[in-house]
Amino acid sequence: MQRSFFFRNPSILVFIGLLAVFTLAVTLMSAGAGSGAISTSFVKTLGRTLCLCLVAIAMDVVWGYCGILSLGHFAFFGIGGYAIGMWLMYARTEEIVVSSLAGATLPPTPQEVSDAIGSQIFGVVGSSDFPAIWAFAHSLPLQLLAVVLVPGLLALVFGWLAFRSRVTGVYLSILTQAMTLALSLYLFQNDSGLRGNNGLSGLQNMPGEDLGQDVISIRFFWASALALGLGYVLFGWVVSGKMGSVIRAIRDDEARVRFLGYHVESYKLFVFTITAVVAGIAGALYYPQAGIINPAEIAPIASIYLAVWVAIGGRGRLYGAVIGAALVSLASTWFTGGGAPPIDLGFYRVIWTDWWLVLLGLVFVLVTLFFPKGIGGLVDLLGINRPVKQGRTGDYGPDVGAWRKREGEEE
Amino acid sequence: MATLLEVSGVSVTFDGFKAINNLSLSIGEPEMRAIIGPNGAGKTTMMDIITGKTKPDEGRVLWGEMSRNLLGMSESRIAQEGIGRKFQRPTVFEAQSVRENLQLALKNRRGAFAVWLRPKGPTDDERIDALAEEIGLTDELERPSGELSHGQKQWLEIGMLLAQEPRLLLVDEPAAGMTPAERQHTTDLLKRAAQTRAVIVVEHDMEFVRRLECKVTVLHEGRVLAEGSIDHVTSNQEVIDVYLGR
Repeated sequence: MQRSFFFRNPSILVFIGLLAVFTLAVTLMSAGAGSGAISTSFVKTLGRTLCLCLVAIAMDVVWGYCGILSLGHFAFFGIGGYAIGMWLMYARTEEIVVSSLAGATLPPTPQEVSDAIGSQIFGVVGSSDFPAIWAFAHSLPLQLLAVVLVPGLLALVFGWLAFRSRVTGVYLSILTQAMTLALSLYLFQNDSGLRGNNGLSGLQNMPGEDLGQDVISIRFFWASALALGLGYVLFGWVVSGKMGSVIRAIRDDEARVRFLGYHVESYKLFVFTITAVVAGIAGALYYPQAGIINPAEIAPIASIYLAVWVAIGGRGRLYGAVIGAALVSLASTWFTGGGAPPIDLGFYRVIWTDWWLVLLGLVFVLVTLFFPKGIGGLVDLLGINRPVKQGRTGDYGPDVGAWRKREGEEE
Repeated sequence: MATLLEVSGVSVTFDGFKAINNLSLSIGEPEMRAIIGPNGAGKTTMMDIITGKTKPDEGRVLWGEMSRNLLGMSESRIAQEGIGRKFQRPTVFEAQSVRENLQLALKNRRGAFAVWLRPKGPTDDERIDALAEEIGLTDELERPSGELSHGQKQWLEIGMLLAQEPRLLLVDEPAAGMTPAERQHTTDLLKRAAQTRAVIVVEHDMEFVRRLECKVTVLHEGRVLAEGSIDHVTSNQEVIDVYLGR
């Protein structure tokens, strides 16, 4: 069974192979485990990029395969980040507080330690009490559970309400965007209990272990690569075979799928929830490598970027989403980080930090108009990619339908 | 011949227009029934009501030995109960191969986890081969169904309908856009299907209906105008006035 699965989906094996080679190469060149040819900050950038690739394939499954243009998956990503960030911040602050109180004549009581941690974390929003939402922040296993459960449950409840009411298409997109916006606005408030617009910071430090950033960065890089590999196999499994057939059929004509006896809403809910969970895991790996998370990360624009990556990379194929996310996010780092040289037009100097979004928008429009299959569509030119190719033709439904009608009238 | 489906006193109004007006109809198992009527007679609306797409304002739709009411059920539940529907325009999943289309339709467990974790039954491939043979698409199994001709798509859809192993088939204008030879093949297929199950065929083409050799129900303005053999209804003066005379 397992062998035939990979045999029928050779692109999964190719992807895992390339990911392994890439991981090994970065490891050998990293400062933490190799020659040091790549700086620690760039290892972190690459690790973060892998997390973005993971959330992009989740987006591809929900949008490219199932046809649900969710503008909420970056919110799930952010929730995962907040969940792990709470533990990181709590545990790190606890270490500092305990070591600073160690010099006192009387050993501190647990209450004193807790108060000190509270005033350290919440001083910035003018408070020192732990809000209820931090009840489990002391426990890594519980917060890891939250990484999975909170996005999963939110997606389950939201999806159940939305799909049950048969909200589809652009209305569903607007609804998911409203959810994302509401969550982000809530987190911006100081009394949300998550430090308002300051967000959580200092997440790059690993509590309990005295490791340098070079070692921490390569470990997170490995974890991100592993998660991406596992996520790729999981989603490859979901979108292949009969399950994939049902999901793509829902994208192309959900009423017809209903008349075949499939409960479309359950399938959508399944896809929406499982992708939300994976998005949460991706976020939990991303933010420790970023070091900071704040509500701006969850704003709707982030989820729109996610859709743009998937569209540029190629909807309806998992490696397309990976290519799109990796290329666009790395290009974004290069252009906005001052890496790209400014272009002097004589009368105007194009400074890329200002013009990058314009360039991205232009690329998006051009890809949509002229390469609807995205960058991943180039793989079709090799002619080795039949199964996915079939899946892609669905997007041309209206055109094929017109042809079909013309043909019918000829008879 | 036991009654399989009983539509009784069903009415539905769209924006003040009575699309179905106190319609009653009963189908046995096995039985072939043709439903004819001019445009706007309520044929498609009637199918929408039976398959759960449209909820009527009043009336009952009773199904099976237990006389269960279909009106409270979702479309997918009704399909699982054994009602299959073929649309007027062929609606196959064009991006997917003929085999995938048939596999989707095969009567199997329909739950998401069942489909994901146990996608294939042991006899699925044989059933698909047999169906492909019956609808004449054996050589096209691996082709994307979007590449098929119009008539082949119609057959694929009929094949998908048979794959569901429904007790009641609702077939909307099966012969539309078919060549005479294809029509003959379709007639044979439907007649064979009607030996073991209930089949309702909605059709405009009187010649096609005549060849089905079955009881005919004439709909007009959302109600039953006449019912009986094709010769009986075509000699009915009211039917001639509203439908045949035009």
